[in-house]
Amino acid sequence: MSKPKFKNPVVKWIDYRLPIFTFMDHELNHYPTPKNLNYFWNFGSLAGIALVTMIITGIVLSMNYTAHVDYAFDSVERIMRDVNHGWLIRYIHMNGASFFFIVVFIHIFRGLYYGSYKAPRELLWILGVLILLLMMATAFMGYVLPWGQMSFWGATVITNLFSAIPVVGESIVTWLWGGFSVDNSTLNRFFSLHFVLPFVIVGVVILHLIALHRFGSNNPIGIDVKGTQDTIPFSPYYTIKDLFGLGVFLTFFAAAVFFFPNFMGHPDNYIEANPMVTPAHIVPEWYFLPFYAILRAIPDKLGGVLFMFGAIAVLFILPWLDRSPVRSSQFRPIFKIFFWVLVADCILLGYLGAMPAEGIYVILSRIATAYYFFHFLVLFPLLPYIEKTKPLPISISEPVLSGAATASAFATREKK
Amino acid sequence: MFLKSIKKVKVCLIYISTFISVFLITNFSFAAGDKISYPQKEWTFSGITGTFDRASQQRGLQVYKEVCSSCHGLRLLAYRNLKAIGYNDNEIKAFAAENTVNTIDDEGEVIERAARPSDKFVSPYPNQQSARAANGGAYPPDLSLIVKARSDGANYLHALLTGYVDAPSEKKVPDGMYYNKYYSGNLIGMPQPLYEDGVTYADGTKATPEQMAKDVTAFLAWASEPELEERKQTGIAVILFLLVLTLLSYFAMKKIWAPIKNRHV
Repeated sequence: MSKPKFKNPVVKWIDYRLPIFTFMDHELNHYPTPKNLNYFWNFGSLAGIALVTMIITGIVLSMNYTAHVDYAFDSVERIMRDVNHGWLIRYIHMNGASFFFIVVFIHIFRGLYYGSYKAPRELLWILGVLILLLMMATAFMGYVLPWGQMSFWGATVITNLFSAIPVVGESIVTWLWGGFSVDNSTLNRFFSLHFVLPFVIVGVVILHLIALHRFGSNNPIGIDVKGTQDTIPFSPYYTIKDLFGLGVFLTFFAAAVFFFPNFMGHPDNYIEANPMVTPAHIVPEWYFLPFYAILRAIPDKLGGVLFMFGAIAVLFILPWLDRSPVRSSQFRPIFKIFFWVLVADCILLGYLGAMPAEGIYVILSRIATAYYFFHFLVLFPLLPYIEKTKPLPISISEPVLSGAATASAFATREKK
Repeated sequence: MFLKSIKKVKVCLIYISTFISVFLITNFSFAAGDKISYPQKEWTFSGITGTFDRASQQRGLQVYKEVCSSCHGLRLLAYRNLKAIGYNDNEIKAFAAENTVNTIDDEGEVIERAARPSDKFVSPYPNQQSARAANGGAYPPDLSLIVKARSDGANYLHALLTGYVDAPSEKKVPDGMYYNKYYSGNLIGMPQPLYEDGVTYADGTKATPEQMAKDVTAFLAWASEPELEERKQTGIAVILFLLVLTLLSYFAMKKIWAPIKNRHV
């Protein structure tokens, strides 16, 4: 790559001493990107933008929020009523959490479909799963802050899960609460952690990007870039495509913020927390529902907790669970079908997580949970042995199928 | 060419269907807890262009003041907020001054003074315990957020206020409880609040229970979401802006990508 030439003398002066502009030019401008990325590759940049949006609105909210059990609920209402455009900032933050998860879930399923977790992108994937885990912790603690009924009871139910740990469980729960019930000290520490964790996420996102830029993006065909004929510079091609994607995303996001701001929330959270009154159904935020369904599907408390965390844990080891050398589902006819079964299974789990834990819902939860783990622990390792993959193209630029380039030939070529 | 445009449509469909399915699932899940459904009324404030009906809100305030406020507070609302539903400063001052609040004088004694526009609505009871004691153990909830704090809030409120009917013979109604067909469990501690001509409307509207229920719901919907009108109007401008921006970026993208697309077809 030729060294960029900067015309602006100030930029030149700085770049000579601190090559930040060369770095940006290299990573954001010339950065070679496969030319065949489809719209599902938009969701990475959207997730980044969602994170920045959450941090900016969150900082503004924190300037007006009071983390105290007696004032938290009213301080949020003061933001809604008396702070200039406070309602806008809060609704962006509130719905932004949901949209962040929508975008990240699509981003993850894209990775699953196109095998983006496979060598040499294992660490890239693992860092991504770590971001998901941090997001879940952050979102959970953020939901406690308005100190409504669901805030309080959600916090009580979820923190109580840790009491399932043998021997030290009860002590851990007391330690998490900073007392003997969810109370002011719990609210205070959750606020503190909710403020700091997003910056931890930013750190992991930077690592995620460094890992990404090591080998570049995967692509819908899933074969490696063979040379410059397969790539185009990130700018202007993907900057403009990301801008278009952002426009579509923001249109949906704005529709939610301005017209249905409480659609994805629970009405009970507009009732101030009351430790003496338990809501009829304690339901977590929608993005936790699949995991909540797994938790409740297991009849044993400790077992439920283990399976719930196991649902994330299998994602960490996925690069080694999947034995197939072919990345993209486009060339894996059986895997492709099961991918959509997994999507349906996760949606079903989400639905079941919102239903009362009784009757048919329990049975369905168990079946759906069993399938989830079957998919990761049995299907991923064993399917490659029975699945006949379709012939792979020779390169991204020559998507015409060649009889010579079979999956096995591809695999041997990859090893070299 | 034809195949390509099909692909574009497919992409759009994936975008939209993902979005709709996520919305549907969440909607589904939260609606699922509620077994009772309420009659769906026409509200001027629903829909993306919804606004409040000032006359209805003012009548609703009258219903709140003359009926509800003997038991229910509205603690998150300040008297000054009434400007938004069409009252002027003098009217608000006079309205506030009908109430008294405690304050501390220069000698440190607790004294009473007339409420000012900057004060929050004075609640009927000093605390929850006294509210319960005065209402047979039941706590009349504060109404500041009532429309947001119930699923399908406006319709729920309207249904509840007009849902007092004779209990079916097999249902035993204990003393101090009342039968309401829309209340969860049907037994509610609140006696029927709205009767024919329960208030005499300042604007001469006939005060039927249906009319009063609609008016007080309109008033309380505003109390729950005072930003609603500004929010929806801003929303329309923002969405229009974003549609133009998105379309422009789409055509810019097509133009920029044209050489790449042509090269390998």
